[in-house]
Amino acid sequence: MSQSSPNGSFRVIGSRPIRPDGVDKVTGRALYGADYALPGMLHGCVLRSPYAHARIKSIDITKALKHPGVKAIVTAEDFPEVKGVMAQVGELTVNTHYLSLNIMAREKVLYDGHAVAAVAATSRHIAQEALELIEVEYEVLQPVMTAEEAMKPDAPILLEELRTKLMEHRTDPGSLEGPDRASNVPGHIRFERGDLAAGFRSADFIVEREFTTAAVHQGYIEPQNALALWSPDGHVTIYCSTQGSFNVRTLTSSVLCIPEGTIRVVPAEIGGGFGGKTTVYLEPVAALLSKKSGRPVKMVMTRGEVLRATGPTSGTKMKVKMGATRDGKITAAEVWLAYEAGAFPGSPFAPGAMCTLGPYVLENLRIDSFDVVVNRPKVAAYRAPGSPASAFACETVIDELAEKCGIDPLEFRIRNAAHEGTPQPAGPPFKKIGFVETIEAIRDSDHYRSKIEGPNRGRGVAAGFWFNGGLQSSATVNIHTDGTVSVVTGSVDIGGTRAVQAMIAAEVLGVEMDDVRALVTDTDATGHTDVTGGSRIALATGMAVYEAAHDALTQLKARAAKLWEKKPEEVSFNNRTFNAIGNGVPPLTLKQLASRLARTGGPVTGRAALNAGAIGAVGNAFATVCVDVEVDPDTAKVRILRCTIAQDVGRALHPSYVEGQMQGAMAQGIGWALNEEYFYDQKGVLRNSGLLDYRMPTCLDLPMIEALIVEVANPNHPLGVRGVGEVGIVPPMAAVANAIYRAIGVRMTELPMSPPHLLKAVLERRNLAVTEAAAAD
Amino acid sequence: MATVVIPALLRKFTDGKDRVTANGRNLGQLVDDLERQFPGLREQLIEDGEVKPSVAVSIDGDMGTAGVLEPVRESSEVFFLPAIGGG
Repeated sequence: MSQSSPNGSFRVIGSRPIRPDGVDKVTGRALYGADYALPGMLHGCVLRSPYAHARIKSIDITKALKHPGVKAIVTAEDFPEVKGVMAQVGELTVNTHYLSLNIMAREKVLYDGHAVAAVAATSRHIAQEALELIEVEYEVLQPVMTAEEAMKPDAPILLEELRTKLMEHRTDPGSLEGPDRASNVPGHIRFERGDLAAGFRSADFIVEREFTTAAVHQGYIEPQNALALWSPDGHVTIYCSTQGSFNVRTLTSSVLCIPEGTIRVVPAEIGGGFGGKTTVYLEPVAALLSKKSGRPVKMVMTRGEVLRATGPTSGTKMKVKMGATRDGKITAAEVWLAYEAGAFPGSPFAPGAMCTLGPYVLENLRIDSFDVVVNRPKVAAYRAPGSPASAFACETVIDELAEKCGIDPLEFRIRNAAHEGTPQPAGPPFKKIGFVETIEAIRDSDHYRSKIEGPNRGRGVAAGFWFNGGLQSSATVNIHTDGTVSVVTGSVDIGGTRAVQAMIAAEVLGVEMDDVRALVTDTDATGHTDVTGGSRIALATGMAVYEAAHDALTQLKARAAKLWEKKPEEVSFNNRTFNAIGNGVPPLTLKQLASRLARTGGPVTGRAALNAGAIGAVGNAFATVCVDVEVDPDTAKVRILRCTIAQDVGRALHPSYVEGQMQGAMAQGIGWALNEEYFYDQKGVLRNSGLLDYRMPTCLDLPMIEALIVEVANPNHPLGVRGVGEVGIVPPMAAVANAIYRAIGVRMTELPMSPPHLLKAVLERRNLAVTEAAAAD
Repeated sequence: MATVVIPALLRKFTDGKDRVTANGRNLGQLVDDLERQFPGLREQLIEDGEVKPSVAVSIDGDMGTAGVLEPVRESSEVFFLPAIGGG
């Protein structure tokens, strides 16, 4: 049952109705990918490399094929060799050759866990037994595991064809950039303006520091899965957990070299994605196994496979130098960023560079950012890709500059804050934004005004910026004869977007929320819809639903006009009723009008399909956070005492879900700050491929996160909406680092700030103090 | 004439200039004019007659979606940026 309350000029928008998918999810009735089954189904498992870097000398599947219950085995030989084409797939720019190699290794394995073969059998256990019968001969090579190592001139080369190129990844040797020699650095971009040297000369204080951050996983609860059915007529149906069913269709088509139109993707309910499910891993493999066996094949990753073989976000190496005058104006900034891409090109080195320092007015800057391949799983998107790491570096330096200037860190940010018209780091000017408002919300909050007292306790603040996506969405709004409404889109619902779409339709059509049902459908049943990611669904698909509802309304007015023998322009819709302008005809509700659709022309379906714009300038997002910590002086464990996030959301269509996005992003940022990292041994083998040892925060680790919604309407959206899903993860790591500094006087430049790392820094500082004291004596 | 801001690493094609002007009613014509003035620049931005998938274009603060057909005005300010994705 919905619980509506008026919100200004809106009846439904801005209220907090209960999500329509909630009951099924909490009772276990919701169908996730692993719940699907088909008659005659086989189970698929993947054989994965035990080495981080090795040549494949041979693969012998003879014994495995003979194992009872095994129905099909595939290796790279079963996949077509895909040319290296850069394809635009929604918000992704994908090299299809490298995508194919990531799904199934050919000639070389490039990370511990890299897929080498896959088996379909009558049970999962038989499939796993068969994996052990596949004989693979490797020539082990030396792995390179960090950006710093990979960028050295004598580093082992992962991919012989890679050359350093501006803004993209190329495999054609002898191209324009630099010497024609193999490199582990396929991409380099630079943003530069003003006079850096003059800017530093005019600074009263200069801070220069180096930073490293560890790769972290998105940490979705639900592992990747796929159930594929390859029909004898050449059509393939794939049921899977994905953020983008059209992405799965396009990428599977690219990998298998089959027409997109022969692939139907049915998205299941999704147990988290955060960017990690915008690409494909199992889908093409399951499809090929189904083709070979003639039966449906289901594959579900284990948690170990998720951590070993699906994209985390990048680890980084960063250098930041910034200068400011004593009255708190930043005069120059020089930033050097290296992002680990994993085994194939494609880290978020570009958005990381475009976002860092985005919140600030900067006349003199240079930002260099590099894409670096290493022997780790190929990275995938993770909530504001690239921005959290670069913000950790720059927001820490800004905090240090504020301290040197003797200025409150929030006030320092206000003095340098970007506003409408300020050039972004990459150059284009911001449109209307609400950054200052988020700082002010924190400054005026009960949290920031409260005192923090007690030993080893400190408070830190930080800010962050992220783009939002527009891209393509389609929507259909169907008016049923009983006056109920169904809203049909292809946007997978990760964060409550079905509820929001129902709210938009209810608002426009003047019906109750309970009378609207929002559905997510497959790639054959709806128009093209880009991925659920880039904070775009409420914005772009919401826009499509809004337009589709208005399209339905226009048709309904025409039907009312027909009933009343008037022209459509003589019918108005207000106060939730259709009214004939000018005379005393009784108004009609939508419910009353719907019962008469058959005799006035037939069903009414509103439609909309749009491209809401590329990722970039579609309602940019800002957040400011404040964190209080306490550091145990003996164990260096950090306890989060209180945390608050303020974010400009444009307009909160459903405040509870907006707050949920802010809180979730903050929780992930804190996990990134304090605990999460991959432990690889000297051979490049992952040692913590389970959630016991890959430590993410739970509800026991965090206090209630206070979410302050700031609304500065996005001028590019009919409802003022900005994307909300991502920017909240950008500031927390720096805020926690700044809080630790104020608690114990140690400035951390390495993530995570877990007890071993923090204790090491504390002891080093103590030893330094002892040494200095002894020297003074 | 529209103002085009040249990416830092492509300024070797424009003798170090970060801002240049060019004519064109749409992006494709603009790039053609840039190529006439600064040979070699088009290959960095255009592939098979369309804006490269790895390149995004901002015109007057809006991210274009029409590629080479994107309209450009006399007073437009044009940026060529890396294409990016979200999570």
